Order: sequence, then structure tokens, then C-alpha cells
Amino acid sequence: MKGLSGSRCCFYMGFLVGTLSLYFLRQVWFEMSMEPLVLGEGQDSSVAALAKERQARDSNNWRVEGAALINLNHLHHTGEDSRMADELYQKVRILCWVMTGPSNLQTKARHVKATWSRHCNVVVFMSSVDDPDFPTVGLGTGEGRDQLYWKTIRAFHYALEHHGNDADWFLKADDDTFIVVDNLRWVLSNHTPEEPLYFGKRFKPYAKQGYMSGGAGYVLSKEALRRFVEGFKTKVCTHTTPVEDLALGQCLEKMGVLAMDSRDTLQRETFHPFVPEHHLTGKFSKSFWYWSYCYYPIVEGPQCCSDLAVSFHYVDAELMYTLEYWTYHLRAYGYRHRYRPPLPQGLVERLAQTERPAVGTAGRGRTPASITVGADGDQSKTESGAKPLSDKGGKETLGKIPFDNNRTAVT
Amino acid sequence: MLSEGSSFMKGMALGGIFCLLLSLLGSFTPGMQSSPEDQHHHHHIKAPTNDELQSLSEPQMVELSQKVRVYCVIMVQPKVLVYWATAKDTWSKHCDQAVFYSSESAKALEAVDLNEQDEWTKLRKALKHAYDNSGDLRWFFVARPTSFAIIENLKYLILAKDANEPFYIGHAMKSGELEYVEYESGIVLSYEALRRLVNVFKDEEKCPERGRALWKLSEEKQLAICLKYTGVFAENGEDTQGKGLFNSKSVSSLIEDGMSKNPLDVVEGCCSDLAITFSGMSPNQMQVMMFGVYRLRPYGHNFHDSLIFFPPEGSDND
Repeated sequence: MKGLSGSRCCFYMGFLVGTLSLYFLRQVWFEMSMEPLVLGEGQDSSVAALAKERQARDSNNWRVEGAALINLNHLHHTGEDSRMADELYQKVRILCWVMTGPSNLQTKARHVKATWSRHCNVVVFMSSVDDPDFPTVGLGTGEGRDQLYWKTIRAFHYALEHHGNDADWFLKADDDTFIVVDNLRWVLSNHTPEEPLYFGKRFKPYAKQGYMSGGAGYVLSKEALRRFVEGFKTKVCTHTTPVEDLALGQCLEKMGVLAMDSRDTLQRETFHPFVPEHHLTGKFSKSFWYWSYCYYPIVEGPQCCSDLAVSFHYVDAELMYTLEYWTYHLRAYGYRHRYRPPLPQGLVERLAQTERPAVGTAGRGRTPASITVGADGDQSKTESGAKPLSDKGGKETLGKIPFDNNRTAVT
Repeated sequence: MLSEGSSFMKGMALGGIFCLLLSLLGSFTPGMQSSPEDQHHHHHIKAPTNDELQSLSEPQMVELSQKVRVYCVIMVQPKVLVYWATAKDTWSKHCDQAVFYSSESAKALEAVDLNEQDEWTKLRKALKHAYDNSGDLRWFFVARPTSFAIIENLKYLILAKDANEPFYIGHAMKSGELEYVEYESGIVLSYEALRRLVNVFKDEEKCPERGRALWKLSEEKQLAICLKYTGVFAENGEDTQGKGLFNSKSVSSLIEDGMSKNPLDVVEGCCSDLAITFSGMSPNQMQVMMFGVYRLRPYGHNFHDSLIFFPPEGSDND
């Protein structure tokens, strides 16, 4: 009796266990099969190959000279025509020095090295301590806010002494500043390094001609740098104040260096002391110090910032790469930018436009009237200037770019 | 003892079979057999290369530029009013025609009121409306306002494609046997694909209006099933290097991924230069995207693209 009911019992138990276990197994299998596999992902191997390629490229592109990285080849991007940028690279040589410290090398300076600093002619990372591997220069100071002006003084002295002949302009940036070096070259292109000038985000208090915000980055001409160094030799400038950017501004003012207007031809700022989101979408409270500091009127919203922005500040590692992607990579195909920046004076106009003319298509509501010509408006001084010939069997291209009456054409 | 053990085993076996039978009956949905026309179809749509574009004659180029015009179907609801307003103020301005389709009307913003809460039914109604009102626009882009699209790059992708052929493009995903385009990263339909779709809407068996019975499939999958019946299959949109153009994440998110997975080449390994969509950004971030895509650039680097797209009128954030 007992044996029979026992085996019955076991049978039912077994049945229950079987049902339940297979139910759960089925759920798991179902869930796994529902997990979508993405098509078209053969990218992993190509990404690894890219990384290898990148390392090889890097060793060919940079010559390490002491603690400085000398750029041998101007960075090029596939599919683009960077003749203008190359010209400026040769003509407007910039030494970038980045204010950093031993504790920031891996968290901040490393990302600067991987992104925007690659576009400088020379880059030097300034720290309190020598680091031959990164590499960084040891300035022999301490770290901290009160050491900032000391570091700045020593850094500029170092730059003039070791690299005075390698560059025409000397940029100071923090390790959380993002710089678009090509746009800086455009800003500087109509000036010569023999003039005593300096550019940056201009603030007005405490100095007659104003001074440049430290975090947003500022750049000195070679003559300005010489005068800065001279100022310390002759004791005209002092070492005592910790407010780096103001102290520098006051010193330069004493030495007859001019604080310049770095805004674009539409009076839009190029150097920015905050992140893009803050300038483009933020509303500064009326009591915020910024209102009383800015030398030029603050514009909120999209017109705050030039298309040819030069700098942003308080940029964390993720935003560094994001900005590099937005600036140098992501674009809208064929888009004809509203802002047409003028060609720097004295630059040879490249007329060798052997590419086929582009076809214009209208934005919303307009129909394309005729074939428009060449998308390289950046290079033409006037809108109705010379038009390139097509190289396809000598076909001549048609007239001018058809501007609608209500198009907001901006020069 | 042994008899008890064997009874237990028998019980387990029977229980398992019983369970399987039940689940098979439960998951059985009529009409899901894979069609006999399941031959090899292309899964990837690549953007045209420079050589391909160069080989086109000028009149051909003009013709293409006139045909590649996009009707944007943007599915909104009052719940996401801020995104709706942002889409209206940002990327949708670059569509040749952008129409907002809402579940219910909102006082603040204009939309086609679908008067419907069910996601799949809404999509059906919107697509039908789009088909009926597209005029001479031949390409349709379906998105929610939480996505961000660069329409010029979409036009570049479909530039040399014939809208009279069925195309159903986006970020192609696979779920079991079904290949579908992910909604969040935007869905592209050619005129022919939409025509076939609108036709199969009439078939309640193949493409029911209220969705499939036992468990609700998402509308992106329902769409794929209906299209599959008409012989239209999902294709993954890629650039000339094979990088996906449709992203369901934001740039920051993809960069973040890159920083951990690919720290030596974060930017290169991230996303395509001619990416079409991103998603998951806040409204403020979308405004910043407008700056990043349409304005911010390094002076002196020019591209000789085969087409020019002019900026839209009455806008200042691009």
C-alpha cells in the first residue's frame, strides 16, 4: 500500500517538477530569442584595425622634443579639401600649452592630448612635476589655485625660451578647455605676430582695456610674449597676485600689449567661458557675475556663439570627444552654411577648382531654379565671383548661384 | 525505492511534454509561416560613393535632386509637449514637409489629430494620411520627437535610389525570424513601400488594425510583419564604410561607450560622419545638436559635395 501510493506521489511530484522546470526553461529561451540581434554589425574588427592604424599614424605624426610634441603633418580627414586649412597651418603657427597637474594627467590631460591638441603646431603640457612619459614639463611650482599665476609665468617663459622659433602665437588653455585650433588660426590670420596683441574672452572689470578669461583660453602674439617676459625681467610686472588671468591682463596692459576683439564679423563671440549648452540654451540670471564682467554685450540663444567658435570651458572628458566629433566629423551633407566667413587677407586664393559643379536643391517650399555651382563658398570672396569650369569635356557651368529674395544671405 | 524513482522520472518527462504542448498551442498565431519567397534579399543599404556620384551626368543629378524630397511623419502626443516643440524648432525644419500626428489635439501646437491612443493604430492612420497628402514627395521618414534627424544626410543615403522601388530602411534589428526597423532611430519608407503598406492595411487577416491577439507586438514589429506580406524587407542604412547611420542613442552616450570599449580611438570608432539619426537627447541637447551639425566647423576644411542644400527660411539655430 505504502509503496504504491509512494510511487504515485512521486509520479505527481515528478510531473509537477517537469512542468515547472520546462516552463521556466521556455521563458528563458523565449526571452533570449526575443533579444534582438542587430544586423550590419561587422564593425568590431574594423574598429580594432582602426585603433592599430591610429597608433601607427600617431608615431609618424609627432616628434617628441623634450616635453613638447611637434606636429609633423597637419591632420587630414578623408574626403575633404583642406587646402585652406593647410595654408593657415603653415602661416599661423600656434604653440598650445595646456595647464595641468600630476593628478589630472589621466583624468583630463589625456583627453586633451587625444583630441584638440593634435591640431596645434606644437603642444606642451605644463605641470608642476616633470613626467617624461606623458610627456609634461615640470615647472617647479606647487599645485592649486594660488599657484596658477606662478605656473603661467613659468610656462610662458619656458615656451619663449624653448620654442620661440617654432611658433608665432602662444595659446594657454586649461585641461578642461576645448579649442578649435583651425578657427583660432582664422581669428589670428589678419594680424601679424610682430604686433603686441592678445586675444581671448574679454572681461571688463579691474583693467582699463579689460583682460582675457583664463578658463576660456587666451593667445599671445610673439611680440606680446616677449614683452611679458621682459616685464618680469625689468620688474614692471609682479609675481604676487593669485588671480592668474587678471594679473596677466594687468601686466600686458603695462607692457603696451593690446587686448583685442576676437568676435567674428557678425560680432558673435568665439571664446566661451562655459560649455556650449550653457551658452546656447541657458539663461543667465540677471544677478550672475557674468553680466557685469563681459566686455561686449551678452547674446543669449543661438547667436551667442560664432559658427567658428574657438573655445569652450568646463569641458569634461566625454564632451571633449563629443566636441571633436561635432567639429571635425559630423556634418550635414551638402549643407550650405548661413555664415560665410570672409577669406583671410593676403592668403592666396585657390582657384584650381577642378571638381564638378554641385547641383542645388531648395529647402522647404522652394524649387531649384537652375544648377548651382561649387559648394566651396568659403573660398570665394564675393558671391558673384568667378565660377569654376566643369572638367567633364569642357562643359561650361551655368550662371550664378540663384539667390532667392528672402534668403538670409550673410557674409 | 526504484519504482518510486522511475515514477518520478516518468512524471517529469510527462510534465515536460505537457508543458511544451501547452506553450506550442499558446504561441500558435495563424499566418506566421515564413513565405516561400524568402530568398536572399539585401539587408544593407549603403550611401553612394564619390565615384558613383561623379559618374552621373548633370541632368541626371538635377533630376535626382528634385526627386529626393522627404515628408516627415512625426508621431507626437501632449505628454511630450516639450519634445514636440523642440522637434518643431529644430531638425524638422529641414524636412521638405513636416507633419505632426498627435494622439489628441494640443492647444499650443498644431498637429493632425488622430484621436487615438493605441500606438499601432495611430501609426496606421498617420501613414495613411501621409500617403494621401504627400503631393509629389516620394520619401517618408517616420520618427518620434525624442529622436533627432539630419535630413540632408538621409537625402544623401537615398539619393540614387528609386522611390518606385520598395525601400524600408533604418537600423535593422532581428527578433527571432523577423527583421524590422527600430522605431526609435527613425524609419524610412519609399513611396512604393508606403503604397503597398496602405494596400495591405485593408487586409484584416494579414495586417489587423487592433494588433495581434495573444501578446501585443510593438508597432515597429507589426509594421515589419505587414510590410513583409507585401514583399518589403527591412534594410540597414550604412555609410560607405559600413558604419550604421541610424542610432538609437545620443552622441554623448555613444562617446561614453567608446571611451570604455575603444579608448584609443573614441571619435573614429563612434559614429558615422554622415549619421542620420540619434536619440535619447534632452530638448536642450537637441538645440546644441543643431549648432554642432549645422554650424560648428573648423575653418578651411571644405567638402565638394555633389548637391547643395540651402538652409530653411525663418530660422536662426542652423
